Parts: sequence; C-alpha cells; structure tokens
Amino acid sequence: MTTPDNLKYTKSHEWVKQEADGTVTVGITFHAQSQLGDVVFVETPAAGRRVKQGEQCGVIESVKAAADIYAPLSGEIVAANAELADAPEKINRAPYSAWMFRIKPGNPAELAGLLDAAAYQKIADAEKQ
Amino acid sequence: MGARMVDFSGWDMPLHYGSQLEEHHSVRRDAGMFDVSHMRVIDLRGAGVRGFLRRLLANDVAKLGRPGRALYSCMLNDSGGVLDDLIVYFLSEDWFRLVVNAGTADKDMAWIGVQRDRFAPRLVLELRRDLAIIAVQGPQAREKTWRALPQTRSMSEPLGYFQAVQEADMMLARTGYTGEDGFEIMLPAEHAENLWLALHRHGVAPAGLGARDTLRLEAGLNLYGQDMDETVSPLESGLAWTVALAEPRDFIGKAALLRKAATRQLTGLVLLDKGVMRSHQNVRCAGGGVITSGGFAPTLNRSIALARIPKGIAAGDTAEVEVRDKWLRAKVVKPPFVHHGKALISVEC
Repeated sequence: MTTPDNLKYTKSHEWVKQEADGTVTVGITFHAQSQLGDVVFVETPAAGRRVKQGEQCGVIESVKAAADIYAPLSGEIVAANAELADAPEKINRAPYSAWMFRIKPGNPAELAGLLDAAAYQKIADAEKQ
Repeated sequence: MGARMVDFSGWDMPLHYGSQLEEHHSVRRDAGMFDVSHMRVIDLRGAGVRGFLRRLLANDVAKLGRPGRALYSCMLNDSGGVLDDLIVYFLSEDWFRLVVNAGTADKDMAWIGVQRDRFAPRLVLELRRDLAIIAVQGPQAREKTWRALPQTRSMSEPLGYFQAVQEADMMLARTGYTGEDGFEIMLPAEHAENLWLALHRHGVAPAGLGARDTLRLEAGLNLYGQDMDETVSPLESGLAWTVALAEPRDFIGKAALLRKAATRQLTGLVLLDKGVMRSHQNVRCAGGGVITSGGFAPTLNRSIALARIPKGIAAGDTAEVEVRDKWLRAKVVKPPFVHHGKALISVEC
C-alpha cells in the first residue's frame, strides 16, 4: 500500500503515474510525506512551464522543513493541482491521490529510467534506518 | 506510543506521535503532555542561598515572597551574554530550585559551582538526576491532572501562575512553555511512567518536541540557543522585563549591560505572503536583521517568526524576509502571537 505497484518513482521521492492521454501525473510518496510531517504549504509549477528532468519545479513546506520537488521527466507542465493551496494536508492524508502537477513528456525514453515500486521501496527502507 | 524519535542535546526525544498539528491543537483546545525530563533540576541548599541567587541571576529572587513562588530569569556571564534561561523556585529560605535547559545543564553546573565557590562556598549544589518532569498543558490540563492525581487537587487548585506546591516527593508548578494554563510536574523518575499512563487514560494527548516548538513560538517564548545565547544580551533578546538594571543590586553581567546600550530588539514577524519563515533567514529592513526562530503557526494558519532587528523598527512596520531565494512581505508585531487559545495579532493582510 505504501508503495503502489502501478506507479514509477524517483530517488527524490516523487511518484509518477502514466495517464491514458500520454501525460504523467506527479506527486510525492507516502515515505516522503511521512518524513516531512504535517504539510502546511505547497507551491506548484505554473501550467505552460517547460521543465527538464531533475529540475526543481515546486516546494512543499511542512511544520518541520521545506522540500524541493523535482520534475521526474522533461516536458511541459500541463496542469497543477489548485486544491493543494487550501488543503495541503491532503498530501499527508492521501499522498497517492493528492497529485501536484501533470507533465506532457518531451522525451518518453526517460520513463524507462524511473524506479519501479520494489526499487523505490528499498531506497525508502534504507532512509528509515 | 508510536513516536518518531529524534536526538535532542543527547536525549532521545519524541518529535511527534503521529501528527504534530493535531498535538498542537490538543494543547490549545484541550490538554496535551510533554515528557520534558531532559530539562534539569538543580537544587541549591544552605543558609544565604537567596543572597547568592540575587548575585547569580539577572532577575531578582527578592520578588519571591512566599515559599512556592517561581520566577523566570536569565543567568548571564561577565560580558552580559545569556548563559541560560531558567525558572527559579523558592521552596524554603534555605532551599531554592532551578530548572535549566538540557543542552546547557553541564555548563550551568560548572558555572554555578565556580560562582558558589566565590560568593557562598557553604551552599550545597545538587543536580537532581533522579527527577523526571512531565508538562501537562492546555485549557483542560489542570482538570485532567486532578482526575489522574486526585490527591493533588486541594493543594494545587489555589495556585496562581508561577506558583508551585510540593506533596511528598512530587512538585506541581503552574508553569509551562506553551502559552496555555497547566502544570509542570516534577517527580521521581521511577514514577513518571505511571503518571504518564494515568494522564493518558484521562484523555491527555501525548505531544512531542515539534508541537512544543510551534506552541512556544506562538506564545512568543524564546528558545535558548536559537533566540538567545552567550553572545547576545537579554536586552536584545526581548528579555529586558526580566532584568532589573535600575535597582542598586549588583548581579553577574550587570556592569556589561550598563556599558553597552542595546541597538537591536527581538520582536515578532507575521508573514503576509505564502510560505514559511525559518531560523537564520535574512530580514530586509532599515539596518537589516535575521530570523532567530521561524515556522508555521497552526493556530493562525500562517507563518510567524521571532527576529532580531534594529531597535527603531516598530510594530506595524513592514519588512521583507528571504525565504528560499524570494523576498516575501512580513509585518512587524509584538509577541506573543497567541495566548490561552486566542490569536493576539490581527491577521487580515
């Protein structure tokens, strides 16, 4: 449950979901929100912005710390989740439905380089030690 | 109890027990408890202890007229820097008790020992490693404590703020670090677990260091090592009210404070833009400044901070804070931000 099999992941704790229309939806993992603690402020990238893989494109502030959010893939931001501005706690309550933004990938080959659930779980487990 | 643990001054401490925000709200609205046994109790005994403390501490223990009265004070070094902040309890004419910070306790013991040898060599100084401290805080804290400890109700119900009472080997003090009513209970460490469980059974929510920090920040209470330390004067740390400079009494650090006028002040900021202020961020205002403690205030649902800025800047003025490469707008306000569950600052921005 804490690392769904149908998603891809990054080492920087984003999850990536491939949508039927060819875009990908991005959020942060259960492990990431658990490490951050209560989320109190979310800054998402503007639609239309072009990002490179690994580029910082958002911020999550929790009661404890601020964390950068990175684009898991290169492409164009096509949507951001406006609900999070008024309800940042959704990231803690349901990290896999509280998405942050959608990207139209510019280089689909990058998808193959993302982590699968088992590989990500290993990274998360190692960090918990 | 499912706590996430962190290291704090060498102690394994609970950061939170699930949700720091919920713990914060429990204390503001009902009752929460903190295991603060990392704070150290130092007992000073012997004839002349009051006179010694009038020299050792920047606040004046002459204000403590009756046994059980307590006082917040800084302990300064010779150059007027803050060695520690503490609460001193007057228990009897030959017995005073200090409660000091965890990270400074060893340094405090050494310093007090040196001053004792100098001014009052017959006083006995004891670090009470045998005592634990549980803080029960919130509007329902006293009522729930009395339900857990029925035998303490009659003696602790009359206590005013900053007053304490002893019953057998337990001390109840109506003090705290949250801006709420409640008790700090000192008791033998071997009884602490039972008290914790009894309080929990009576509906007191366990709360961690995370909530303790947001609560004290909303209450405008300084954290030692962040908002003041050995290098800054209490007069530049929002603590002038604890230092009696006009009276004839001499105390350690007084001469240095008189020599050097304060040019900065520790005051509050409320962020007008979206984001969260954190300690060490730069403040842009006439003369410049720095955030000493910043964070998210759950009661106000926005970010607040304590900041050290030049003296001329007044409440109501605006400043800018460098939050992650952006300059965000903030309003200068006089702390506290929250007291007894109520917002004290206007947050229409």
